[in-house]
Amino acid sequence: MPQLVKLFQFTLSGLTTGSTYALIAIGFSIIHNATGIVNFAQGEFVMLGGMFMITFYGYLKLPMAAAFVLSVFAVAIIGLLLEKTALRPSRSQEVLNLVMITVGASIFIKGLSMAVWGKSAMTLAPFSGEDPILILGAAIMPQSIWIFGITLAVVAALSAFFVKTRTGKAMRAVAASRRSAMLAGIPVNRMIALSFFLSGALGAVAGIILTPVTTISYDAGIMLGLKGFSAAILGGYGSMIGAVAGGLLLGVLESLGAGLVSSEYKDVLAFLILLIVLFFKPGGIFGKGASRRV
Amino acid sequence: MKHLPLPVFSLFVIALPLILSNNYYLMALNIAALNVVIVIGLNLLMGYAGQISLGHAAFFGLGAYLSAILTTTCGFPVWPTIPAAMAITAVVAYLIGIPTLKLEGHYLVMATLGFNVIVYIVMIQLSAVTGGPSGFAGIPRLQIGGFAFDSDLKIYYLFWAVAILVLILSLNLIHSRAGRAMAALSHNEIAARCTGIDTETYKVKIFVISAALASLAGSLYAHYISFISPGSFSIFFSLQAVTMVLVGGMGSVWGSLFGAILLSLLPEVLHSVKEYNVLVYGFILMAVLMFFPRGLFPAGRSFCIAMIRKKT
Repeated sequence: MPQLVKLFQFTLSGLTTGSTYALIAIGFSIIHNATGIVNFAQGEFVMLGGMFMITFYGYLKLPMAAAFVLSVFAVAIIGLLLEKTALRPSRSQEVLNLVMITVGASIFIKGLSMAVWGKSAMTLAPFSGEDPILILGAAIMPQSIWIFGITLAVVAALSAFFVKTRTGKAMRAVAASRRSAMLAGIPVNRMIALSFFLSGALGAVAGIILTPVTTISYDAGIMLGLKGFSAAILGGYGSMIGAVAGGLLLGVLESLGAGLVSSEYKDVLAFLILLIVLFFKPGGIFGKGASRRV
Repeated sequence: MKHLPLPVFSLFVIALPLILSNNYYLMALNIAALNVVIVIGLNLLMGYAGQISLGHAAFFGLGAYLSAILTTTCGFPVWPTIPAAMAITAVVAYLIGIPTLKLEGHYLVMATLGFNVIVYIVMIQLSAVTGGPSGFAGIPRLQIGGFAFDSDLKIYYLFWAVAILVLILSLNLIHSRAGRAMAALSHNEIAARCTGIDTETYKVKIFVISAALASLAGSLYAHYISFISPGSFSIFFSLQAVTMVLVGGMGSVWGSLFGAILLSLLPEVLHSVKEYNVLVYGFILMAVLMFFPRGLFPAGRSFCIAMIRKKT
């Protein structure tokens, strides 16, 4: 049954990229829950993660684990800086104004990255070899297993953080109602800063594990950000389970589309899905119907 | 006093080439005129209907490619093709507008961005029709009867006449009943709807108008440069257009004129930073939004008025 094996193969590779979309989508959700804005620079965090990893691991020859931690931390700090230096001091705190500031930040980071790392695409060696492992006739790269494993670990850790820890609960309280959280004595501004820090870290992880599969260049951020956003919309904006489901679903649909229909129009397919979902079910697959208080 | 700026500006535009004979500057000003058309249209949408589109490069591109393909490949005459391209773009915008304009703020930003990416990829991949990444060459130039618009100076007068016409029409529009309805809509959509304004229809209409204006600029661009490639219609241009609107000030038609001219000429002035074009744009966009959320033009005007009042 070669046709079935082929489908299985496409699904596997779709789940691989889908896992990174899920991480990016969670980053979108965390910031959205804390502030109500869409952070257009989320994709740049992913690109920066890959770039830092290449710099620390590929050029400076640091041990892999150290390079990983350093890259994640560096991008998390950049996320924090975005909030502290661009969004917090803004004179208008209107949502659309803040959203457009992140658009500006995204172009700015892109331009800066071009100046630092140049225009050509950079590669990163897979974490452990390139010998494919055969499962039921389909080949799976060791890097894919890394991607699944790390995504799973990150999602598990985040879930535990939001459910078990005081800080996580405080962040959820801010998401539920900023004013009530403030009245309950939660340092809201610190929680907002933390959400940018976390989103930066999540984006970096996605970038680091994805780079060995796809290579990375200074202008890759927008596309990755859009994919992550599509995933977040697909699953229902703001929900973590939705982000994971949306990411995996988008990855699989994209991979099946590329394999069975046409690889040139792979990205078109992703956005058509986004537009169709926005048109027919703006709340996402897992979302509830939106209602607004006047 | 109220009608003074328009004739003054028109006279200035007519006189400018007398001082500025260099073709290079004229060319930059011609492109600026097209940007004025796009940015005024986009500002009608952003400032008066309260909707942000990051997909206007796609409409600009649709105009350019439709003109190019219809005249060069299909052999249609140039002049009727331009309104035809506008009409097709308007239909596309209408079809996209109905569902997307129901979305709120940042969802619309993303949806229009997604649309722009789709159009861009199709321009590159459909190379049999569009010429693919290497572009589309040999587009006929503009002419009326025996009179050919074959120099930058002739194009200058044509394009700025179009830009000023668009400016006048927009000023008329915003001072009309429809314009006031749109202003109400941009301030508070729910309140506007409660007073009986059909907000959905107005939003779609203004979206279609601004897309058609972008298409007009695209057609003129294609017939002027006679070569187009997908690079000019990527989301970066959409971002540039939005930046021009924001720098000029949302909801100020004169501000759009100012923003479009300023940011179109800025790269020509800052030659040395051409490589860092992207960086500079990102920085300007961020800084203006942070410190002048209402735009540079309105901020500058209130500053001037305050200074004059202080003296008297």
